[in-house]
Amino acid sequence: MDIFLQLTVSGLSTGMIYALAAAGFVVIYKASDVINFAQGDLLLLGTYLIFFSVAQVGLPWSLGVAVTLLLAVAVALAVERLVLRPLVGEPIISMIMVTIGLSSVLRGVTGAIWGPNPRSFDSFLPAGDIVLGPATLSADRVLSIPIALAVLAALGLFFRHTRDGIAMRAIADDQQAALSMGISIPRVFGVAWGLAAVSAALGGIMLAGIVGVSPNVASIGLRVFPAVILGGLDSIAGAVLGGAVIGLLEVYVGFYVGHGLNLVVPYMVLVLVLMVRPYGLFGKEIIERV
Amino acid sequence: MSLDCGVFHTRYEADMGLRPRPLQRLRLGILALFVLVFPFVASPYWLDLANQVAIATVGAIGLNILVGSTGQISLGQGAFMAIGAYTAGLLTLNFGVPWGASVFAACLVTAAAGTFFGLPSLRLKGLYLAIATLAAQEIVEWAMTNWTAVTGGTEAIVLPAPVLFGVRMNTGFNFYWLAVLTAAGTALFAANLLRSRIGRAFEAVRDQDVAASVIGVDVFRTKLLAFATSSFFVGLAGAMIAFHRNIVTWERFTLSTSIVFLAMIIVGGLGSIRGSFLGAALITLLPAMITNLGRAIQDTAPQVASLLPYAQQAVFGIVIILFLIFEPRGLSKLWENLKDYFHVWPFAYRRGESRAG
Repeated sequence: MDIFLQLTVSGLSTGMIYALAAAGFVVIYKASDVINFAQGDLLLLGTYLIFFSVAQVGLPWSLGVAVTLLLAVAVALAVERLVLRPLVGEPIISMIMVTIGLSSVLRGVTGAIWGPNPRSFDSFLPAGDIVLGPATLSADRVLSIPIALAVLAALGLFFRHTRDGIAMRAIADDQQAALSMGISIPRVFGVAWGLAAVSAALGGIMLAGIVGVSPNVASIGLRVFPAVILGGLDSIAGAVLGGAVIGLLEVYVGFYVGHGLNLVVPYMVLVLVLMVRPYGLFGKEIIERV
Repeated sequence: MSLDCGVFHTRYEADMGLRPRPLQRLRLGILALFVLVFPFVASPYWLDLANQVAIATVGAIGLNILVGSTGQISLGQGAFMAIGAYTAGLLTLNFGVPWGASVFAACLVTAAAGTFFGLPSLRLKGLYLAIATLAAQEIVEWAMTNWTAVTGGTEAIVLPAPVLFGVRMNTGFNFYWLAVLTAAGTALFAANLLRSRIGRAFEAVRDQDVAASVIGVDVFRTKLLAFATSSFFVGLAGAMIAFHRNIVTWERFTLSTSIVFLAMIIVGGLGSIRGSFLGAALITLLPAMITNLGRAIQDTAPQVASLLPYAQQAVFGIVIILFLIFEPRGLSKLWENLKDYFHVWPFAYRRGESRAG
């Protein structure tokens, strides 16, 4: 039982990081129909930026987080303006390939600056253990769960109550109608990329604390797909639930079944969902069929 | 078939020909001459690169039939190549099947696997199909490394060098002829396929699937046929990779392989055979050129050496992005533009932009 509890906490904390990356993916997809294959690299950028500002420059944590978020947003806005804007309205294959190209550039640049070796530094999350009955849980993992949930809830509230959030939903619903109501689409696209960058950078910051800083972080980008397909491509709540389920599934299968099966189980779920319910748990039931 | 300004065919043979005009024949002749002379003057290093380009061309043409001509996005290229490579390798190694037969079997097995993975295309379109093929890629990758009893896991499979007419294909020079003939054969087949009824059906499904079904194209059957044809050649490319290095390892068939091949057809030109070749050549030669450049300036700037892999990665991404923004129809279209420019040179008249490649 204590092992089960430890696995659950570890799975949930991983799942919440997936959820943060997935939420960014959903925001971009909702606003601009772009499938962002570079989401994992935004996460990677977040881990390296926090490492840079805290461990290399020596800023205090609060300031370091602020600098990281600012830089991540700046990169995302530049990417949106220079790379995505010229391609508005192009076929899906172009959108997929341009974000894949972007991912390659981000990986090349971060690799050139920070090298291939994993780095580690003192996390802002407490390092100790929490003893809960028979189980010993690492404090940073336990704490990362409420932090991520708070960020995701804030994102949900943003969509529901702020002007930009509502504009984004309007654009997702009907771009022409939104335009005729005076909503500025370039502004909304910019906000979407900025939010995605914030969400991914926060995920990256927590990841830097929990597992350290290394180029492998980018591979989480691919885990986003099972999470968002399971939850529904256009739903933040779905991203949270999908992330949690995929994170838990990975640790349970990894522990109880083994054979490296934990690496493919998310994709098996993905195929299953696509066969049975392609719009996911919370997605809009509009899917283009032939 | 696009007709050039001022060209009037008077015979059916010319009308049906792939290269009816004297100038086209001349260019083809020059290319053939270059291909024939190249291996006698090139160093082993360049021969090896040429072999890689030829193999990549076969794979890129295969992928282009599916993605460029039929509009079905696949991120599973690496997985299909793996199926081809492992089928060919294991048949030769475990059952002593002659290499020619095992390559052909590999193509058929890959075509069957491609058709199977194409089944979701009945229900899924665009983005969803892309994600489904991503899942297929990950699952096949896992099977390659973990199904130890069959694939040998992460261990490499070592094959004997293929023998053709009593000549062992173990040198770059010997393999060159095999690779170039295969690539040329693939290109010829694909060029003829794409202007046949089937090829037109592929394009109709890509452009407007509903309209295609209205005019009597069986959309689902056409999609499956595209998956099968495409995978056949992708499997061929996989089998050639196996026999080129006489070794099969899983690292050569990962998701990055899928991405590299997608980059080839984007950079070359979607739906174009010429584009498949040009893209395969550029994407294969680019990292090699960057490495050479790095070596050249290594003496003056020694820290460059450690940055090379990252420079390759970044340049790869930048090339994709630049092509998508500035010339979405790829190198193939650039070549068209060049020809158009000289067509009426030195006069300023330019033909319309809409001419199909």
